[in-house]
Amino acid sequence: MSTDRTVSGADPIGRLRKDDAEPEAPTNPGLKAVGGVAGWLDDRTGAAKPVGYLMKKVFPDHWSFMLGEVAMYSMIICLLSGTFLTFWFVPSAGQVVYDGSYLPLRGITMSEAFRSTVDISFDIRGGLLIRQIHHWAALMFIVALSVHMLRVFFTGAFRKPREINWVIGTILSMLALIEGFAGYSLPDDLLSGTGLRAAEGFMRSVPVLGSYLSFALFDGPFPGEAIIPRLFSIHVLLLPAILVGLFTAHIGLVFVHKHTQFPGPGRTNDNVVGFPVMPVYAAKAGGFFFIVFGVISLISGLVTINPIWAYGPYDPSPVTAGSQPDWYMGFADGALRLLPGWLEFTAFGFTFSFNVMIGAILLIPAMYGLMGAYPFLEKWVTGDNREHHLLDRPRNNPTRTGLGVAALTWYGILLFASGNDLMAIKLHLSINDLTNIFRLGIFVFPPLAFWVTKRICLSLQRKDRDLVLHGRETGRIVRTADGKFFEQHEPLDEFTRWNLVQHDRHDVLTLEAGTDQHGVVSPTARKEKARSALSRFYFTDSINPVTPGELAAAHHDGQGHEAIEAAPSSESRPALESSRREPPKRP
Amino acid sequence: MNALAARRRHPAAIALLLLLGLILTGVAYSALAPKQADAASTAASSVEDGKKLFLANCATCHGLQAQGTKAAPSLAGVGAAAVDFQMGTGRMPMAAPNIQAPRADEVRFTQEQISSVAAYIASLAPGPAVPEAEYTTGQGGDVALGAELFRVNCAMCHNFAGSGGALTRGKYAPSLRDVEGKHIYEAMVSGPQSMPVFSDDNISPDAKNDIVAYLHEVDKQENVGGMALGNLGPVSEGLFVWIFGLGIMVGFAVWLGKKAA
Amino acid sequence: MSEHDTPHGEVVGTSDGHGNGHSDGHSDGYGSTAVRLDQGHVEGSGGLPERFANPGLPPHVPRMSDLDEKGAKRAEKQVAALFGLSSLATVLFIVAYFAIDPEQSGYIPGIGNASLYNVALGVTMALALLGCGVGAVHWAKTLMPDTESVEERHPQRAKDEDRQRVVSELMGGGERAQLGRRPLIKFSLAGALALPPLAILLPLVGGLGPMPKDTLSTTMWKKGDRLVRDPERTPIRADQVTIGSVFHVLPESIKDSEHVLEDKAKAAVLLMRLNPDDIKPQKERDWGHEGIVAYSKICTHVGCPVGLYEQQTHHLLCPCHQSTFDVTQDCKVIFGPAHRPLPQLKITVDSQGYLIADAPFREAVGPSFWERGSA
Repeated sequence: MSTDRTVSGADPIGRLRKDDAEPEAPTNPGLKAVGGVAGWLDDRTGAAKPVGYLMKKVFPDHWSFMLGEVAMYSMIICLLSGTFLTFWFVPSAGQVVYDGSYLPLRGITMSEAFRSTVDISFDIRGGLLIRQIHHWAALMFIVALSVHMLRVFFTGAFRKPREINWVIGTILSMLALIEGFAGYSLPDDLLSGTGLRAAEGFMRSVPVLGSYLSFALFDGPFPGEAIIPRLFSIHVLLLPAILVGLFTAHIGLVFVHKHTQFPGPGRTNDNVVGFPVMPVYAAKAGGFFFIVFGVISLISGLVTINPIWAYGPYDPSPVTAGSQPDWYMGFADGALRLLPGWLEFTAFGFTFSFNVMIGAILLIPAMYGLMGAYPFLEKWVTGDNREHHLLDRPRNNPTRTGLGVAALTWYGILLFASGNDLMAIKLHLSINDLTNIFRLGIFVFPPLAFWVTKRICLSLQRKDRDLVLHGRETGRIVRTADGKFFEQHEPLDEFTRWNLVQHDRHDVLTLEAGTDQHGVVSPTARKEKARSALSRFYFTDSINPVTPGELAAAHHDGQGHEAIEAAPSSESRPALESSRREPPKRP
Repeated sequence: MNALAARRRHPAAIALLLLLGLILTGVAYSALAPKQADAASTAASSVEDGKKLFLANCATCHGLQAQGTKAAPSLAGVGAAAVDFQMGTGRMPMAAPNIQAPRADEVRFTQEQISSVAAYIASLAPGPAVPEAEYTTGQGGDVALGAELFRVNCAMCHNFAGSGGALTRGKYAPSLRDVEGKHIYEAMVSGPQSMPVFSDDNISPDAKNDIVAYLHEVDKQENVGGMALGNLGPVSEGLFVWIFGLGIMVGFAVWLGKKAA
Repeated sequence: MSEHDTPHGEVVGTSDGHGNGHSDGHSDGYGSTAVRLDQGHVEGSGGLPERFANPGLPPHVPRMSDLDEKGAKRAEKQVAALFGLSSLATVLFIVAYFAIDPEQSGYIPGIGNASLYNVALGVTMALALLGCGVGAVHWAKTLMPDTESVEERHPQRAKDEDRQRVVSELMGGGERAQLGRRPLIKFSLAGALALPPLAILLPLVGGLGPMPKDTLSTTMWKKGDRLVRDPERTPIRADQVTIGSVFHVLPESIKDSEHVLEDKAKAAVLLMRLNPDDIKPQKERDWGHEGIVAYSKICTHVGCPVGLYEQQTHHLLCPCHQSTFDVTQDCKVIFGPAHRPLPQLKITVDSQGYLIADAPFREAVGPSFWERGSA
């Protein structure tokens, strides 16, 4: 890190070193004062060097790079507003009779947790606003981190050297779900209590240990008095500490790796083109914090969230139509709605509840495990061991983009399935039909989405090639001397062209013979075969960027487009044969 | 002082509020429209008039003797309450056979005509009568008790705020927003369509009055925390944060990342 | 040219091209075959490079505020106005905080009747924050330098000699500590490091909760317990339950319960009256009373209260995951994720005509668990 040098900008901080030669006396009294304080600090910490380095760090500009910042700031807003709430919230399931200012609850027996939340909403000045800020910010946090994750995935920003950070982000994302669920359950209202009721059912579905787990979590039979204080300490202490710790590592690694950038003229794998922290990014990122906070407070001032006073206190007997968790748990809830009942069965006198366990216990770790593993899977398939600091345009990696959209479709179906009852009433459909459509869709739509997305990507790549080879259509029709008509095309300028031709070509990994020259079967032959098959799946119909030779040929051809075709895919290339004879290409 | 502060805030906030109001019109929102509950039907309704109206408007489906056909159930014993509810909310006569009779905005009969038909149907066999007005206005009802009764007996179908909910195979529990107290009461005692019966032996008239009082309280639309998003729970909140929350954030991010002119 | 791995998969050298930053990791010679040049226009590759070269940063386009001092001045005014708006909004926030009665509601277009207090605080706070944030970003965009800076990257890995030094340092440290030569220490150390956390974990795990015993399999229903209305807790006479009715029911003994919620969570029951001819299984009819049947309200899926009774179809629907039970068929599951029917409570009437339980539940109510069948 300290060996990095920047190529631009002066170094005003260096002057703060006491033994540095005084370059020139600061004429501005303000500068002198700042220098004095900074000097005092630096004498004691030596912070000038790292601070100076950080202030000159360059960040590339792109709107999608701000999604992670929205998540970060939403998390900070949650921490701030959450601290406010702890001053009044009473994490206790002890039963009291409400006598506060909200009329429709007067005289009702409820837990202290519920009463204190109602009090925060009605009797603490500004309490309702802070409560709504906390909840909206929590929803925004998980929305933003999910979209941030999608951005990272679709642009391939998880590739070497950022795999660790992808894994950290995956864990962060999963913990955020649990943190959110714990917070959602704290007010002990009818809706969240129903959620906990279901959570108790989830625990029970674990083979052998189910009822013990349930009794351990709830300190006895449901609902008990332990769950609220326990979730409280998990929600305000344990998980925030882990989240902040992991987040610090996450952002620290961003600094170590330097931010990725989209490809473009002047941007290479060996540089970062953007704006320095001081002053541009300090103002932009700092200002953006206020913007995010401002938008969340605006929403919180105008839109109700989680009106617990309307839900009423938790009681195991009543329930409300449209019982759903917050959106981020929706996919698991949707899975529970779709799983068929026959997955539960009795064998050897014991009950196996896979209809619950698959959706409630296994889904989340499996899903996040798969996400965390993806970079390693892709690396194995591509055999690509290079560092990647330039992002992929999603179209330039059609298979990955297709897989991502397929996974997203799968997730979306589960998410929508958890709203099937509301869709039924709002769209006047049968809830049974909807459920069956989702049950079928979960198998049909993801592959369809993969295929469609991949085709779209390939078409976009062909369009890019076409644009490079034949230029932009100008709309001017020219008549030649012999009476032919054609539309004049204007070649792209080199900067625009670079965006379309900069990416690497993708080639299918070649398969080793599987036996060595003595005919002995290689122990890894089977693995290699799978790898080669996957590699074909990824890249067999990949479209490669235009090369200067192709462009030259196209120009020679004049307007005859047809003469130039996409370079034949690597499979059909004779080079493959030769590479078999040569020492096999092993990435 | 309060009014002054509110007015001072106005010029700055109004434009923004209007803009947001425009943006959010797509979000489910039902306007507040206080309704007077004047259930007393004073006109002495004649069974004869009712029979004529019945034959003209209902007999096609329900049969000439109201004995029921394949298309519609028998009306013997449903009582005046059921007729008053079904016709008074515009559910009957149904425009076309459907999985469930929807509430109509427009009621095609006068209260007098409805009462005549009700009297005719009540004359066929005894059934629940149109409730007395003292239990249907919600006045003097215990809102908190009504809310608790509502949560236990009604919320599982009609949702915690009476926004309605789904039943099996396309049937649904309708929204209870802006429904007259009389009709709520009548629905409970007559059990229209999928709804089970909550007779006066199950939920006492006083308790029913409490429930009506609670629903009227909900109708007042005290959106304490701002727009209620249809009172549908976390799904509409999630939809809102994805569309508007994320939309606004991305809008700002695009502006931030764009080079100034 | 990118690195190669040895056949053992170990990295032997990674030297990403630092020259033009665009290493292509593919075999040489592709460039000459990648193009169909058999059209005869160009011989061979024509001496062209395999790839286009990065043209470098495009020429800088100055902004309005760079060219025109008036534009810059205007931007300055805009930024200052935004910052000013922010301060003003904070003042308004403070005014609203003190001046508005928190209980006052008023009509707000697009919202309806809402708490003016919450809206006023939210909007002023938003303006205070947005003014500050938008102002800062606008300042950065219009007046701060907008020529790109370029920072170089270096490969993430440390130099080979550094890596080598760390490895030998590590190995040397172990060597000097005699770790390899003293297996006794090695193995006992592993135990000493691995086991002590148990001393913290055990009290935590052990103290979490009691053993379930038969708690999950029993409810407070017992023979003779009257069925009472929820929430009024008044007893129910059989003749009060008309056909098509549904009653939400608790055991009368709930009033003596010390753990009301825990008992309620298992004992909640739904009472319905059907035309006895509609009931198909004889058992269901026998366990009921003249078409009045009582079933556990706790879903056998994950435990939500199954309360949605359709009196015409006699279907019970769970609002959480849409499990549907058919009351005419002993509440067997006809749709949705649940597997088992809702357990029926055997009921009868006492001498005064009130409904009572004739026996406790015969099976565990609520969601399944492992040892359910054996209990």
